[in-house]
Amino acid sequence: MTQIPDSSGRFGKFGGRYVPETLMNALLELEEAYTHYSKDESFQAEVKELLYRYSGRPTSLYYARRLTEHLGGAKVYLKREDLNHTGAHKINNTIGQGVLAKRMGKTKIIAETGAGQHGVASATIAALLGLECKVFMGEEDMKRQQLNVFRMNLLGSEVVPVTSGTRTLKDACNETLRYWVSHVTDTYYILGSVTGPHPYPMMVRDFQRIIGDEARSQMLAAEGRLPDYVVAAVGGGSNAMGIFYPFVEDEGVRLLGVEAAGRGVDTNEHAATMTKGRHGVFQGSLSYVLQDNHGQVLPAHSISAGLDYPGIGPEHAYLKDSGRAEYVPITDAEALEALQLLSRTEGIIPALESAHAIAQTLKLAPTLDKDQIVVVNLSGRGDKDVEAIMGYLGGAEHESH
Amino acid sequence: MNLIDQTFARLREEGKTALMPFVSVGDPDLDLSLDILKQLQQSGADMIELGVPYSDPLADGPVIQRASERALRSSVTLRDCILMAERARAEGVTIPLILFTYYNPVLQFGLEPFFELVKDKGISGLIIPDLPLEEDSEVRTMSENYGIHLIPLVAPTSRERVTAIAKRAKGFVYCVSSLGVTGVRAEFHNDIDHFLATVKEATDLPISIGFGISSREQVERFEALCDGVVVGSAIVRVIEESLPLLHDPATKAEGLQRIGQFVSQLKG
Repeated sequence: MTQIPDSSGRFGKFGGRYVPETLMNALLELEEAYTHYSKDESFQAEVKELLYRYSGRPTSLYYARRLTEHLGGAKVYLKREDLNHTGAHKINNTIGQGVLAKRMGKTKIIAETGAGQHGVASATIAALLGLECKVFMGEEDMKRQQLNVFRMNLLGSEVVPVTSGTRTLKDACNETLRYWVSHVTDTYYILGSVTGPHPYPMMVRDFQRIIGDEARSQMLAAEGRLPDYVVAAVGGGSNAMGIFYPFVEDEGVRLLGVEAAGRGVDTNEHAATMTKGRHGVFQGSLSYVLQDNHGQVLPAHSISAGLDYPGIGPEHAYLKDSGRAEYVPITDAEALEALQLLSRTEGIIPALESAHAIAQTLKLAPTLDKDQIVVVNLSGRGDKDVEAIMGYLGGAEHESH
Repeated sequence: MNLIDQTFARLREEGKTALMPFVSVGDPDLDLSLDILKQLQQSGADMIELGVPYSDPLADGPVIQRASERALRSSVTLRDCILMAERARAEGVTIPLILFTYYNPVLQFGLEPFFELVKDKGISGLIIPDLPLEEDSEVRTMSENYGIHLIPLVAPTSRERVTAIAKRAKGFVYCVSSLGVTGVRAEFHNDIDHFLATVKEATDLPISIGFGISSREQVERFEALCDGVVVGSAIVRVIEESLPLLHDPATKAEGLQRIGQFVSQLKG
């Protein structure tokens, strides 16, 4: 198999580095440092040590017996990324990039955040490694995720409210990049997903692939075979890429990405980038983008702040167009329903993001035989969403955005 | 000969530096933009950068972001911005027009039809701030075929990349004055003179400086070092402050005059 991405950061035609010239040397330096340290044993050992001793990996691959019985079809396994320190898969990446930043001699880090999970994971690693941290967060999202804002402050980070554009994740990313352009000499940007300019999509995938590597060997140990399906939610796509990647060469394993359909893909309020988007350049790479006919990026909508994003990582675009993975939409309502069902059958309250993957599983598993297996990436726990969910389920007219 | 080259050659003979204002086309609407372009020429602009409004202007600070948002509220498209060149020409604007656009609108328009239209409507140059050297081969080939100058940006962080960028440049090399996005600033990169000297050494083309230049003093400082000075956010801000005047037919002329005065005092 050819090396993906190639040396210019291309996954097929997707990816690349569409950024202002001011950032180019920083990206080239980052790529060089990453290439060097990814082969460096002491770097790898430090990252591994933190993943195992600090974050509590490996996370379990849990057979959801009651959910399986309820659905009456394929066996459902949950990859419990919600059991990570800070409650989501995001820490896998921030540990990797935090250690890298430190090795590169950077003392300041910046990060963007939507739901706040990546912001919290960045603030956490900044505290642990003694780095100064600023997290850029849309003003809208700060309202939706007040607890995470407070968490980041407790951890010693500054949360910078973003008031431009949509005041959500998309513009938090823009603002982080703008800040980086101004402070590129002493600041490391911990990008939180498999998006952005090369080398981020590759690097974040590499730091997240531990999810799939573990799931694959845990599945072989538990069942002596590989699963038929791997299901994961996609916003930018880091948890999905993390669990998909080690299965890409296993042709018998179908990869299913679940994107946020918001109020429905036929409304104007969704984040279904794969279903409704077109190829375009957005925030540093060529991928699928939600955009109008003139190439203006459209605001996204999802009940889940983490999926509320009009772009998606370029490797996902590559997997889609090559037919290796499929991408399907799940609405806000379906995700809410799935969240409640998982809570009641398994005693696990999933994050709203992960609830989209569960919702797709509720559709998929009953159509499969009892000897088939579905692995779902439970990317995060729902504690951060409980207050919002209380609002949605309260019966009154609640704005989910 | 490309109009940009002609203009720089003439200015060089006259021992002058080009004043190159930037405006967001369609801010606040297309008709007023046309009036502003005419005013800019009248007040001494030597070339004009036509900024195409974009939803996610990564290289721009808050002033141009707001201008972009105003233009997008009047649904201004890339096509409108290109057609603006034709309208300006019809109304007597003869100075070179340079289109400043992010890449995605161009990509969605289609490269071939884009260059056809740009050529046809009399635009001489093109700046795409999110298309670095590594990604521009297709666009560069096409702009050479159509005789449109693809003007590259170089930044104080470009270092060893300056030579490669300058070598491929057409028209002029656009030097970014400091780290950061567009917008008024009091200080420039502390090694700015050295940076400009490096760029000069790497090319025989004219060099222009932009990002953050807002006053006559700053223009004067760079006139000695550069062939052109771009003023963007400062002018866009004067336009923003003049909006109430511009919107009222009774005071429109006054508004345009304010913009004109700002430009002529920059010119010195």
